[in-house]
Amino acid sequence: MTNHWIDIQNSDCILIMGSNAAENHPISFKWVTEAMKRGGKLISVDPRFTRTSSKADFYAALRSGTDIAFLGGMIKHILDDDKYFKEYVAEYTNASFIVADSYDFKDGLFSGYDPKKKKYDKSKWAFVKDEKGISKRDLTLQDPRCVFQLLKKQYIRYDLDTVSAVTGTPKEDLQTVYEMYSATGQQGKAGTIMYAMGWTQHTVGVQNIRSMAIIQLLLGNMGVAGGGVNALRGESNVQGSTDHCLLFHILPGYLKTPSASLPTLTDYNNKFTPKTNDPLSANWWGNYPKYSVSLLKSYFGDKATKANDFGYSWLPKLEDGKTYSWLDIFDVMYKGEFTGFFAWGQNPAASGANANKTRQALTKLDWMVNVNLFDNETGSFWKGPGMDPKKIKTEVFMLPCATSVEKEGSITNSGRWMQWRYKAANPPGEALPDGQILMRLGKAVQHLYKKDQNAVFPDPILNLKWDYSTHGEFDPHKMAKEINGYFLKDMTIKGVNYKKGDLVPSFAFLQADGSTSSGNWLYCNSYTSKGNMSARRVREKSGIGLNLGWAWCWPVNRRIIYNRASVDKYGKPWDKEHPVIAWDPNAKDGKGSWVGDVPDGGWPPMLNADGTPNPKTKYPFIMKPEGHAHVFGPGLADGPFPEHYEPIECPVEKNLFSSQLVNPVAPTYDTKMDIYRSCDPKYPFVGTTYRVSEHWQTGVMTRWQPWLLEAEPQLFVEMSKELGKLKGINNGDKVIVESARGKVEAVAVVTIRLRPFQIGGNTVHQIGLPWHYGWVHPKNGGDSANLLTPSTGDPNTRIPETKAFMVNVRKV
Amino acid sequence: MNLNRRDFLKITGASAAGAAILGLGLDLKPIKSHAQTLKIRYAKETTSICCYCAVGCGMICSTGEAGAGKIINIEGDPDHPVNEGALCSKGASMSQLVNNDARITAPMYRAPNSTKWQKVSWDWALWTIAKRIKKSRDASFEQKNAKGQVVNRTNGIASVGSAALDNEECWLIQGLMRSLGLVYIEHQARI
Repeated sequence: MTNHWIDIQNSDCILIMGSNAAENHPISFKWVTEAMKRGGKLISVDPRFTRTSSKADFYAALRSGTDIAFLGGMIKHILDDDKYFKEYVAEYTNASFIVADSYDFKDGLFSGYDPKKKKYDKSKWAFVKDEKGISKRDLTLQDPRCVFQLLKKQYIRYDLDTVSAVTGTPKEDLQTVYEMYSATGQQGKAGTIMYAMGWTQHTVGVQNIRSMAIIQLLLGNMGVAGGGVNALRGESNVQGSTDHCLLFHILPGYLKTPSASLPTLTDYNNKFTPKTNDPLSANWWGNYPKYSVSLLKSYFGDKATKANDFGYSWLPKLEDGKTYSWLDIFDVMYKGEFTGFFAWGQNPAASGANANKTRQALTKLDWMVNVNLFDNETGSFWKGPGMDPKKIKTEVFMLPCATSVEKEGSITNSGRWMQWRYKAANPPGEALPDGQILMRLGKAVQHLYKKDQNAVFPDPILNLKWDYSTHGEFDPHKMAKEINGYFLKDMTIKGVNYKKGDLVPSFAFLQADGSTSSGNWLYCNSYTSKGNMSARRVREKSGIGLNLGWAWCWPVNRRIIYNRASVDKYGKPWDKEHPVIAWDPNAKDGKGSWVGDVPDGGWPPMLNADGTPNPKTKYPFIMKPEGHAHVFGPGLADGPFPEHYEPIECPVEKNLFSSQLVNPVAPTYDTKMDIYRSCDPKYPFVGTTYRVSEHWQTGVMTRWQPWLLEAEPQLFVEMSKELGKLKGINNGDKVIVESARGKVEAVAVVTIRLRPFQIGGNTVHQIGLPWHYGWVHPKNGGDSANLLTPSTGDPNTRIPETKAFMVNVRKV
Repeated sequence: MNLNRRDFLKITGASAAGAAILGLGLDLKPIKSHAQTLKIRYAKETTSICCYCAVGCGMICSTGEAGAGKIINIEGDPDHPVNEGALCSKGASMSQLVNNDARITAPMYRAPNSTKWQKVSWDWALWTIAKRIKKSRDASFEQKNAKGQVVNRTNGIASVGSAALDNEECWLIQGLMRSLGLVYIEHQARI
């Protein structure tokens, strides 16, 4: 989330689309309800009438996988009816930038497409630079090659008739949503989006979100209270685990994983440190080498020296252009290329797309380590449905861990708040905290490498700094301090003396010469000489709900990011009632200072009080090399503007917007278990997956609780009354739901919550089912809905497309 | 005097717990009133954050025997600014997650082609896993790729998880796995 949970209360219009927050993030609704009490409007857009829809001022239905068509229509509406916030768009976004002549868009394809490689040459989408190397701009937004005019051209095709024929949403419903939401383009009004996996789990996932980001920029909703782009994250620490980068492509703090073509640290830093010639752009990522060197110092401690490139060569390198994502892991595993596998606090046999392929892949391993609280479909895969244990060679180690209340440490919520938890009880039996298991395992591996004279390349293992225990127990405080970072020698910065061993006060103090460490620069400032900032408990008494004294928030306790876009060029808040920050020219003895939230940099506003430009200012979007937010996004794999493509499995033969049916760069796989079927009469209905309030993820942490299981005991499938009639299925009947890849048995819920869609003159039915169940427990509770979903996903993120696929449903 | 519910309970104290409950307008049966007294009188209270979704609701765990025993209650933290005491169905059931007979309480091992689990010691499990790691890594370790570029990686082991772990533990996982040379490192955020 760019904003945070409590800030939802400040919104004038909340769009919940790609999420069912009332059901899956129930407490978020405390703040949705508060906004509504204050006069804010709630819009729910979903294929199914959900608990969220039941609370909304307005509900609109759309077919799964057509969000870009829906939102593209909104972009057109905002532009046609002049609803955009002109000053904001011209000054703070790249709408004014001039795009090179090499950029073009024709019939669903952007320029630079290579059909053989299924890849774009993104260099075709560059901006035109002036003689100083600064991007050319037209602040009047009239130049035919400026982003604003290209945006208009892009969405001219997204008229109500076409959008309605694609989405199945009635035209008048589209019109109502567009008018309600675009009213937040007025100065002082804020609209927000609450989305979740309903947007990410598509072959156009990133572009779904980009569509909304463009809308938020056009309406001036970024950086302001009650605005932002808010991903409702689903796991208690999925924000923190992402920040610490348990992902193949990034290192802690969103640094890039090095690749084979970058043999030295200098090559690596040069490649990933963006440059700008514009003195008014902060280009914050220009600090990249300070963060990468400080991370290497945390990995390897004293062993990382300037002479050995701080141990850069010890880091594993990716093959350039190759992906190592979730879908790739199970593809490679299925092909028998792994011998070992860790599933740590995770149940991939039920949680990933195409679960049958995953389950077969596990049989190809020599050994697997599964760390969990309960037995689960992954650890016990060898005795699952259709498996013969005697033929399965995989050794399995199932290690019992502690629950969150049986250990101490921090987690980071969706609003980026790092919050400390304390230990309330001992784990049962021999169960251990994950941190303790990891420390012991790391020590054991180090010992084996130390005593083997012929060990293969032992350097990174032996040199890994692994001293986070106290009296033989994992000490989360030691680790949290290392993540924050230390000064590694005595030094004086801005007139203040720091001693070797002092905690670094914030990432502005990190160095590229090896004199500081920081396990994650984004968390630098979280554990300082003032103590453990994430344990703070001072509630805000008045204000807009920032709660600056409660816990800690990255970066540097900033609660609303991009907040320098919440003010005009003089530093005055656009919204006087909900100021996030404001420039006080009299503060600091007349030097002036920002008040309110921690600003996105302390530089003064763009204009002085007398209207003259202030040369010391910086543009507000400090993480972009140009300092401007991206309406035109030239860095993405599938185009600088979002374009509607059908899901890999879809019910239509033609895309009404172009002759490209599906995302031309979406990945697919080619084993015999990777089957994709569109417009196949065997699988005529659109399928989607979702969650219920009483269960969580694959259900490992909810299926064993009597209260929760009583409330939601088994897998069900929802379908419309019309589909029930068509297939002779009544409420409560046992049915089989089947895709080209697998099938599950479920109880039919025949309901008016789902209705057939009219798509281009045809009736299209959609069904939906939750994915919380598995064969281990409860018996006869049903199996994972991911047995149905395909191995394909977004070309940028490789998040699987589990929200739109094709199925059949029939009575048992 | 400006009191929130928690201050109210603190002030009225254990001896007046019944009165406090009446003051909240609830009609509790004597047995429930008794449970409330027990919690306040003997339990140690510890703050926590919910383990399910990422709203990050505050919780109060009450542990019996002045903190040395079992968790006897988990409820919403009324002082927490996000949830102000409220919890959803999952959060409100968390004590059943902790105190659950189905939990695994010892390391378990399944041998190749075996039809059952067997209980093993931590020492045996961790040393055996360490040996498996070393064997897999050393056999699959690639110091240079086909182009002759230095890559120092293993293509033989993958790791997934976990968003269910604390930040400090997440850092440990990625540190350990990267030191081993893993490139296939993923978790819930990808799906």
